[in-house]
Amino acid sequence: MLLRVTDIHKTYQTADGPFAVLRGIDLTLEAGETLALTGESGSGKSTLLHLIGGLDTPDAGQIVLQDQDIAALDDAARAALRRGIVGVVFQQFNLIPSLRIADNIAFQARLAGQHDAAWVKTLTDRMGLSAQLSKYPEQLSGGQQQRVAIARTLAPKPRLVLADEPTGNLDEATAAIVMDLMLELVSEAGAGLLMVTHSEALASRMSRRLHLKAGRVA
Amino acid sequence: MNVKMLLLMCWMPFAAQAQGFAGLGTQVEGFSVPQPDPTFDFPADHGPHNDYRIEWWYLTANLKGADGTDYGLQWTLFRSALAPEAGAGWAAPQLWMGHAAVTTPGNHYVSERFARGGIGQAGVTAVPFAAWIDDWELSGDWNTLQMRAGGPEFAYDMQLTAEGPLIFHGDNGFSEKSAAGQASYYYSQPFFAIEGILQLPDGDIAVTGNAWLDREWSSQPLADNQTGWDWFSLSFDSGAKLMGFRLQQTDGVNFTSATWISPEGEATPYSDGALQAVPLAVNDADVPVRWQVTLPDKGVDVTVAAINDNAWMTTSVPYWEGPVTVRGTHAGIGYLEMTGYD
Amino acid sequence: MTKATLQALLSHWWRNPLQLFTLLAGLALATALWSGVQAVNAEARASYDAAATTLGEGQYDRLVRRDGQPMAQDTYITLRRAGWLVSPVVQGRLNGVRIVGIEPLTAPGGIGPVAPQEGADAARFLSGEGQLFGNADTASRLPEQAFVITPEAAPGTAVTDIGVAQRLLDRQGQIDTLIVLSGQPMGQPPLADIAPDLARQSAQGGSDIARLTDSFHLNLTAFGLLSFAVGIFIVNGAIGLAFEQRRPVVRTLRALGVPLRGLVVLMGAELMLFALIAGGAGVALGYVVAALLLPDVAATLRGLYGADVSGTLQLRPVWWLSGLAIALGGTAVAASGALYQLAQMPLLAAAQPRALAMAAGKRARFQGIVALGLLCAAGILMATANGLLSGFALLATLLIGAALALPLVLDRVLAGLSRLAKSMTAQWFWADTRQQLPGLSLALMALLLAMAANVGVSTMVSSFRLTFTDFLDQRLASELYVEVEDTAQLAALVDFASPRADAILPIQSAEVMIADQPTEVFGSRDHATYRDNWVFLENTAAAWDRTFDGEAILINEQLARRSGLSIGGVVQVQGQAFPIVGVYGDYGNPIGQAVIGEDAFVRLFPQVIPRRFGLRMDPAAVPGFVQELEEKAGIPATQSVDQAQIKAISLAIFERTFTVTTALNVLTLAVAGFAILMSLLTLATMRVPQLAPVWAMGLTRRQIGWLELMRAMMLAVLTAIVALPLGLALAWALLAVVNVAAFGWKLPMYLFPLDYARLGFFALLAAALAALWPARRLARTPPADLLKVFSNER
Repeated sequence: MLLRVTDIHKTYQTADGPFAVLRGIDLTLEAGETLALTGESGSGKSTLLHLIGGLDTPDAGQIVLQDQDIAALDDAARAALRRGIVGVVFQQFNLIPSLRIADNIAFQARLAGQHDAAWVKTLTDRMGLSAQLSKYPEQLSGGQQQRVAIARTLAPKPRLVLADEPTGNLDEATAAIVMDLMLELVSEAGAGLLMVTHSEALASRMSRRLHLKAGRVA
Repeated sequence: MNVKMLLLMCWMPFAAQAQGFAGLGTQVEGFSVPQPDPTFDFPADHGPHNDYRIEWWYLTANLKGADGTDYGLQWTLFRSALAPEAGAGWAAPQLWMGHAAVTTPGNHYVSERFARGGIGQAGVTAVPFAAWIDDWELSGDWNTLQMRAGGPEFAYDMQLTAEGPLIFHGDNGFSEKSAAGQASYYYSQPFFAIEGILQLPDGDIAVTGNAWLDREWSSQPLADNQTGWDWFSLSFDSGAKLMGFRLQQTDGVNFTSATWISPEGEATPYSDGALQAVPLAVNDADVPVRWQVTLPDKGVDVTVAAINDNAWMTTSVPYWEGPVTVRGTHAGIGYLEMTGYD
Repeated sequence: MTKATLQALLSHWWRNPLQLFTLLAGLALATALWSGVQAVNAEARASYDAAATTLGEGQYDRLVRRDGQPMAQDTYITLRRAGWLVSPVVQGRLNGVRIVGIEPLTAPGGIGPVAPQEGADAARFLSGEGQLFGNADTASRLPEQAFVITPEAAPGTAVTDIGVAQRLLDRQGQIDTLIVLSGQPMGQPPLADIAPDLARQSAQGGSDIARLTDSFHLNLTAFGLLSFAVGIFIVNGAIGLAFEQRRPVVRTLRALGVPLRGLVVLMGAELMLFALIAGGAGVALGYVVAALLLPDVAATLRGLYGADVSGTLQLRPVWWLSGLAIALGGTAVAASGALYQLAQMPLLAAAQPRALAMAAGKRARFQGIVALGLLCAAGILMATANGLLSGFALLATLLIGAALALPLVLDRVLAGLSRLAKSMTAQWFWADTRQQLPGLSLALMALLLAMAANVGVSTMVSSFRLTFTDFLDQRLASELYVEVEDTAQLAALVDFASPRADAILPIQSAEVMIADQPTEVFGSRDHATYRDNWVFLENTAAAWDRTFDGEAILINEQLARRSGLSIGGVVQVQGQAFPIVGVYGDYGNPIGQAVIGEDAFVRLFPQVIPRRFGLRMDPAAVPGFVQELEEKAGIPATQSVDQAQIKAISLAIFERTFTVTTALNVLTLAVAGFAILMSLLTLATMRVPQLAPVWAMGLTRRQIGWLELMRAMMLAVLTAIVALPLGLALAWALLAVVNVAAFGWKLPMYLFPLDYARLGFFALLAAALAALWPARRLARTPPADLLKVFSNER
């Protein structure tokens, strides 16, 4: 079992009082499996993704990743988890604007100490970024930037890829190409994929789907 | 460079090795050293000995006013040489320091002067005898002397008449200061009758009494482990006198020496151990101002007590110097000097 | 991991060199301002102290020959042997160096080489070839002499033993001056009996001036304090921006798995490295600034002493250290706050913009409370401060409180203005300005402090100058001052001057205790000189009439303050009771002073014979009169003082003070202007998305650029309006609290509206210059960039 999430609760304090985003979520994911998280805005799907990525901590419940309860880890250990085992693809790309594309792609692998030049070259070629390596992110189009972000995430060969609306900022045609590439590469790497999306088309391409409604699995 | 620092440097020319009180335990090359069996040559020896490093003309007096009040008086001229020669002009290596004081039962007035040798501001001549620094002067033929000195709050003008012979301490004037053989040449005239006028802030006072003039010179009078001394000059009602000193040593053993002077002026020297001096009480500044002094060979067992506990000489090199009363087997008066307590 | 993170962090600066420049320049300027003022201050003080102590000038009376010629050395011996405690001095020039020969055994303490130290050897100083004490520059001019280098020695002066000096100057047996020591013995014969050709010069004059120059130093110190505050604000602003700009990168790095602790350590180390580099550059820059300003300071002090004061700087290690300490300390303070925020910043902050906004609101409230608290404390201190410490506490609370309050005040003012706005453009302008305020507030605070400091210090210096000029007019009203030595000269003077002068005013005084305060009582002759020129701080009607009638007394401010006496009080002088009818300002005098009528004085102090006289006459007649006085009445010209000379010297000091202050004013404003420029440049890049909609709605880029310029100037004007009262409060604190605590007299405060208008203009100019470039850049933003804002939108 790659990932097991058990009875997760999360409540945020807002100006209008406490707001329960997640009210007892359970899910599991095997290596090589892909899972779509769908639901309306505010249903808690992004929050769930952040919790699994160690970007935030749950109020109650267990998140066991490769037999490790990540809720019990401290900041440094969670950071280590994000460097090597889990990779996150954000909706807003989150590239480092001052680094060239080549450095951006290799960045996370270098952080994790898992830089594999041949694998990075494969990723670059497959993503069609070979001609862009010495450019800066601002010189690339949105679709190209997201491909850089995906390559960066896959470079350290993570066991679990988390993606939050990865094509949300792209037009449909570009989104389809980027999505194909990502699914291909994830499957080649043998990693698990957990993707937040509200696109029916995307969700249907995943092996399973989970629909969230008001913080619960519907 | 202020005067005090300069002075300390002069009096302790080799600061790194400075030892003993005011550097008196320092041996300096090029200067003569006192030798046993001296032959004195007067009046020349009343004058300066420039080839010795330090020398002094040191007069103390016990005085009484018409109303019976006790007073003490001090007139001192020190010579300190940077090099063993007289020299001339500003470059002369002789430095002079004068101390004058008047002690009353309630007050102690002190003044200090400095001068360079070689320009006439201070000096000593043997014939005719005169010792001076600025307006302070001690002059005459040693049978009679005139003496004056003063400061912002006091002044005095005195006449002295000798009523006995010169006294030579130790071995005919060769006075040993330590077991290791440090010594000085040391003689006194303890038989001066003195009279004159003290000018004090409250007015002029006519006084009479006894004065004791010490002459001493050397180049390294103290051993390097000697840090100070307690010196007594006592005049008993019987007419006899006693000079005694105790040198404080860092090893805790003290070196003592004494001279018993009969009323007729015959001197009996006593070497280390014959005289005992034991502190009995201290003043506010931890300086012993009551002593028990014993010289068993002459049946002396007396208590020596300061007339004014606070006769502290606030000079560049500070020390205690003041008149005392003597009680016990022998009654009398005298002077006490204590160094190495600051 | 560290390497990759460091690469990501540092690459930010390579891609944004302007931001790096802002940070480094901000740090360097703050350090430069601080170390420059410190350098000027320290150097001026050192030169001044050295000049003052070399011969204890002004502290001791002196004996000189009446004819101004050197005296024989025998005269010295004669005086000493008569009981006069004097110490000889011989002076002369050798190879451009002023050689001062002293006699260390008799000289009073504190004269000559400053302290015994390594290389000082009594035997070598007093005999043989001798030793000279002087600074390295002086030593290099006399290469053949044995020097002991004392950096604090007066420039161009070598102090040595008198014997050595006589030999070097080839003046064997000669003495120029005898210093009269304090504590002379009893029963001293009169000088005339022993050395009739010598005259005694009193020490009086010098010490008054020294007191006044202390105030000049206080002025500079206060300026140093203010420049420090400005510097800290700039450092804080620069650091805050550096963090703000990299916030997204930091978030990304953390999301990619860089641990928080490592990130904090790396960023801290990076900043400290920058602080070290910028601090070093800043100290060097400060040194240049000081070197440029110093000739003025040196000239100021040279005017004062007529003696050599070094016009060049010595690079003292303490400046380097204090300059670097300011850079590192300021950076550490600013960075620790920013790093703390970084550590507290939620990883997913971007997802919760409302939370951030709420945090900002909370911070603004907190800042408001702190500002209010500080200003309240300042208010209480204004009423109660009575010492140096509370005076400086008042300055600090005022400054920091006002600076913290500024953004909030501006925000309220802008909100009010936006309600008044009629057109849509105007409404947008005010709202947009409000939105920009947080980004500009640190730069505006720096501008506020710089302006307030300028207003405050200018007011203080100008008030001081006016007061001092009035005071000189009052005290040096007579055209000529003559000192006599005995009753014979007194008679000769009166005989000679009576038909020639308009008035002869005796200046006679006696020292007494009044209300337990040592006081110098003067007996003044009834004359218009006093009635016309003296300015009272408070007085009753007919104060002079009653004083000259001998029934009343006037006292100086120092006596009034120390004894708590004022008008209506009664004091005893020699057993006679005098009601106080007036209190007058007496600047620069350390002790109490009082004035009674001449007749009353003569009755109470019959033994005092007047020695000094003020003579009223046609100023043009003074030189001729002095010459005739010497030839016909036998009173040497050396005993006459032409007051025009004294006045001219004294006034020159304050002209110079002014030059220095103006230079420093311009410097602080320039630094504040730079802070504005950098803030605007930084904001400019963030402003494109904000401006794009306005552009799309029909404002031209040129109009937008103009509005940007107007906005900066408008903010500068608003800041200036706040700065003026703050500066005046500052001046008041300096004049009425700090000066009283430091020197015992209060300086009246004058207002200089023209100066303030000029300052306001300069501030506006600085703001306009600072805004010009960013505005131009905005006006020339390619339309494509503006369009991108829309195409890129989510």
